[in-house]
Amino acid sequence: MTVPVLEMEGISKGFPGVQALEDVAFRLFPGEIHALMGENGAGKSTLIKVLTGVYEADAGLVAIDDVGTLIRGPLHAQRLGISTVYQEVNLCPNLSVAENIFIGREPRRLGRIDWAQVRTRSAELLARLDLDLDVTAQLGSYSLAVQQLVAIVRAIDLDAKVLILDEPTSSLDRGEVAQLFTVMRRLRADGVAILFVSHFLEQIYEVCDRVTVLRNGRLVGEYPLAELSRFELVSKMTGQELAALEEIDEAAPRVERGEKLFALEGVGRTGAIDPVDLDLHRGEVVGLAGLLGSGRSELARLIFGADTADSGRITAEGEAVALRNPRAAIERGVAFCPEDRKGDGLVMDLTVEENIILALQAARGWTRPLSQRKREELVEQYIRALRIHPPHPQALVKNLSGGNQQKVLLARWLITQPKLLILDEPTRGIDIGAKTEIQKLVVSLAGDGMAVLFISAELEEVLRISHKIEVLRDRQLVAELDNDGSLTPERILQTIANGAAEK
Amino acid sequence: MNRAEPRSRLAALPGGALTRHTLFWPVTVLVALLLANVIFTPSFLSIHIRQGHLYGSLIDILLFGAPLILVALGMTMVIATGGVDLSVGATVAISGALACYLISEGHGLFVSITVAVVASMLLGLWNGLLVTRLGIQPIIATLILMVAGRGIAQLITSGQIITINSASYKMIGGDYWLGMPFAIIIVVVALAVTVVLTRRTALGLLVESVGGNAEASRLVGIRASGLIILAYVFCGLCAGVAGLMISSNTLSADGNHAGLWIELDAILAVVLGGTALTGGRFSLAGTVVGALIIQTLDTTIYTAGIPPRTTLVFEAVVVTIVCLLQSPAFRAKISRRRRRPSTPPLTDAKQEVTA
Amino acid sequence: MTTAFEDLTRAVPFTLRRRHVPVLVTLGLFLLAFLIGAIRYPNFGTGQVFLDLFIDNAFLIVVAIGMTFVILTGGIDLSVGSVVALSGMLCAVGTMKLHLPALVVLPIVLVIGTVFGAGMGYMIQAFQIQPFIATLAGMFLARGVCLTISEEQISIDNGFFDAVALNSLPLPGGTHLSYGAVIALIVFAVATYVLQWTRTGRNIYAVGGSEQSAMLMGLPAGRTKIQVYAISGFCSALGGILFSLYTLSGDSTHAVGMELDAIAAVVIGGTVLTGGSGYLLGTLLGVLVLGVIKTILSFEGTLSSWWTRIAIGVLLFGFIALQRLIGTRRRTRSA
Repeated sequence: MTVPVLEMEGISKGFPGVQALEDVAFRLFPGEIHALMGENGAGKSTLIKVLTGVYEADAGLVAIDDVGTLIRGPLHAQRLGISTVYQEVNLCPNLSVAENIFIGREPRRLGRIDWAQVRTRSAELLARLDLDLDVTAQLGSYSLAVQQLVAIVRAIDLDAKVLILDEPTSSLDRGEVAQLFTVMRRLRADGVAILFVSHFLEQIYEVCDRVTVLRNGRLVGEYPLAELSRFELVSKMTGQELAALEEIDEAAPRVERGEKLFALEGVGRTGAIDPVDLDLHRGEVVGLAGLLGSGRSELARLIFGADTADSGRITAEGEAVALRNPRAAIERGVAFCPEDRKGDGLVMDLTVEENIILALQAARGWTRPLSQRKREELVEQYIRALRIHPPHPQALVKNLSGGNQQKVLLARWLITQPKLLILDEPTRGIDIGAKTEIQKLVVSLAGDGMAVLFISAELEEVLRISHKIEVLRDRQLVAELDNDGSLTPERILQTIANGAAEK
Repeated sequence: MNRAEPRSRLAALPGGALTRHTLFWPVTVLVALLLANVIFTPSFLSIHIRQGHLYGSLIDILLFGAPLILVALGMTMVIATGGVDLSVGATVAISGALACYLISEGHGLFVSITVAVVASMLLGLWNGLLVTRLGIQPIIATLILMVAGRGIAQLITSGQIITINSASYKMIGGDYWLGMPFAIIIVVVALAVTVVLTRRTALGLLVESVGGNAEASRLVGIRASGLIILAYVFCGLCAGVAGLMISSNTLSADGNHAGLWIELDAILAVVLGGTALTGGRFSLAGTVVGALIIQTLDTTIYTAGIPPRTTLVFEAVVVTIVCLLQSPAFRAKISRRRRRPSTPPLTDAKQEVTA
Repeated sequence: MTTAFEDLTRAVPFTLRRRHVPVLVTLGLFLLAFLIGAIRYPNFGTGQVFLDLFIDNAFLIVVAIGMTFVILTGGIDLSVGSVVALSGMLCAVGTMKLHLPALVVLPIVLVIGTVFGAGMGYMIQAFQIQPFIATLAGMFLARGVCLTISEEQISIDNGFFDAVALNSLPLPGGTHLSYGAVIALIVFAVATYVLQWTRTGRNIYAVGGSEQSAMLMGLPAGRTKIQVYAISGFCSALGGILFSLYTLSGDSTHAVGMELDAIAAVVIGGTVLTGGSGYLLGTLLGVLVLGVIKTILSFEGTLSSWWTRIAIGVLLFGFIALQRLIGTRRRTRSA
């Protein structure tokens, strides 16, 4: 093989209380797409941040083109030819698209920024990605997916030797992912080394050449993907056999559908979701499938009153109700775990206990506090039932891992004993162990008679635990499919595609 | 590995937890200031009874600090919701001006005080409505009243300094009851009521939730606007009573200078006490300590015989020191410097980037 | 010969958009207020009254420009009023007590202001102290130093100061503009150029939009933050010099509360206090609006000075409410 464009050796990095990386090695060759895999807490983000100079490693060596280098910061990393696109779009929404692509290295003429050239050159770069945007419009006026692609355009134009894509696909729809992969392959052909992080196994196998697996801050190994089966890859990531996942496959239950709890008739909101008819029954898990931007989350938010519907009516147990705000929905027994745990769900500065009792306390009002004993009892019970780790009620919720934060969020709502539980991407970005636990929990809750509305970008997951799948496309509910055992992800995808044909 | 971690964190508790406790640095600074005073005036800590009244430097600090503590209490609640109230100084002026004006016009003491206090609460309500109903950033919303309020106070006093003569009004801020300055009693009662209201009910939790994450709080069904309005009204009330104290102490109302800069001192007290300006977690005890630091500093400068005009310089220095001590970045830098000889190249490189 | 104009419009990195509305409203309000004044009072609607707005508010224009830089990054600088007073005091002491030539004193004052601002910026950046608090400490410090130097007012009787303060630039139509106002306009032009056409300027907008992103994009976010406070310190020092030219004295009670006027001007000019959005033209118009109100009240004569404050408060309210309206509409569209 040729000389690696990037080589890391013996990298260690610790934070107070956590050893994030320990003696990790990593190699990247020119003209390859290299996947970095690992569960949450494996150290992927830390490794990337060391590589981009955001963190300074406690020990270890980095060599670029076989020359030992100290990466001093993001700017220095870029100068060395290492560009990064992060999971959360790290651009400035208040600046124009063109400016976001060029800021920091704007073409200048006579010492001043040559705006005409900034605009024409950014339009050219976007054209390479088949993107047709108004480059003078504020970036914030475009969707997250478009913003992500703009971030990639910015990174590509830095003449990168190494391009790091840290979960760039989590907010892109299929078409956009395909577009991205085309670009990635073209860059690979040009000799760029790409480090690709994604939670989607399919994508890894579709586009990557080799994979490096990390677990608990340590290196597991580096493998050519062609010689590694999916099963092997997942076992290396988790350090255990896949028994847990298969267990739930067997358990996929066919529960008696209970009485009708909620009925939506023509409920919609302009610009968010076209009018929808939907029935929700006790003991039934309804999955919402559809691509990003299809109106999945928007529909969930309408039912919870997080946004106000501007058409249609909702009946709860035969009685017409107006769910104009979350309070009204909560009083009707609706609970909602939003997609954005940190932004819309948890209060990071509060403890696990406080976060868990928040919804119940909010319903009681501030004048009727829960007694200390009742609090401890309830919190203790749910920490144990959901296996929240660490099991300390007084731990600050910001110090928990993503999976455990999600469980805290679930506990908050379960404690209120809701009739309908809405889960928006509850397993996104969390490790496989916690993911399986949450899936099992959903199934058992439905078994106990709760109605569940389950949203996930992973069709397999929706299919595994739902009794009924509502397929959304372009803000319309296009089909309702019964999960009678014959349903496959392919058929759901077809339904989405057919929806397009009808139109 | 994972399981061993909490235990090691517990083992590290005693030394680390003490200095990391929110109240550690504020209390340390306060104690240091008091000790410094003992050096200048050995009798500083002594409290004696003269004519049935308590006297002593400590009592003076409490007495003169009473309005600030009161305003800072209200400010704590507002800051905890994620807001800030810049208009308290103006409210202090308006409240004092209104009470003195009404008394000078021959209205009864009770009526005058009630009108002044209610007016202060209405000013708080105005701020609260701007923040919640119009959704204006608190710093801007309260800036409006901060700018206009002193104009209103001067309007009430017609630009003059109103002086009154009322022994019972003097009681509020400048006289004794059961041997204690009445103002201190007011502050103690206000503190007790605030603590009970926030910590014995769920008010404190819900306010911290709203301040910590407003959208998440909406989505768990907390009626944030009610809580926020309550905080501003409470803040207005505190400022109003503080205004009565200040005007009662001198038996005069000065629309231009009453409560000047008190909003800044109050915010400072809250921040010194360890409550972050970004909202969320708050500490009432910390606020009281913060206010006492500011007041003790004033007294120290006075008793140490330093010319009073340099007070501001000292205040600036102390604020800077306390803020630096509370800054994790600063502490990290200090401890790194101590360890420095072992790892010089890395730290140099990092500083080059941040500089 | 349209190229020059085309180049100018194209040079601005965006076309006329909704975010320009606040500036246009401020312009409209200024014209309206000026028109009302001109209709109500004889001698109001003259070119000289208009130019007097610049002459009487030259120091505020400069200070508010510095404030705009800081607010664009999402920060705030409470120390400006105190630094104005301190700079005026230093001018007075330097020329009158130490008998130094003005051309020696002035650069020193500017350097002190800049270093003072940079120091606060360093505290904010390196130790993550909230701008509100750090500049509050700076405000106390500058005012305290000022008081320590002298509690008395010191009159400036210096050849250079007199020459600059008492002469002015004659303009067509029998009008004139003071050199202080000319300096303010030069500062405005330079600052606008810096914000729109240099990397430093664009970094300021980027940091105001998202500091985290700016850092990850490899922009010198930390340096930019220190820069804006240094710029504000420089502007405050220059504002202090203009103020001492205007009053020909140094006084520790000068410019108390000027930070409020500066913030009010910036807000009325349409700059968003959370940073990332706003224009210097708006700030200039904001100062002029404040100026025209004061002028109207002084023409009215019978109205007392406290009405100025109430009027500014009402105006602030109007503008903030307006910004909210535009802001909400923009948000719902993009959602």
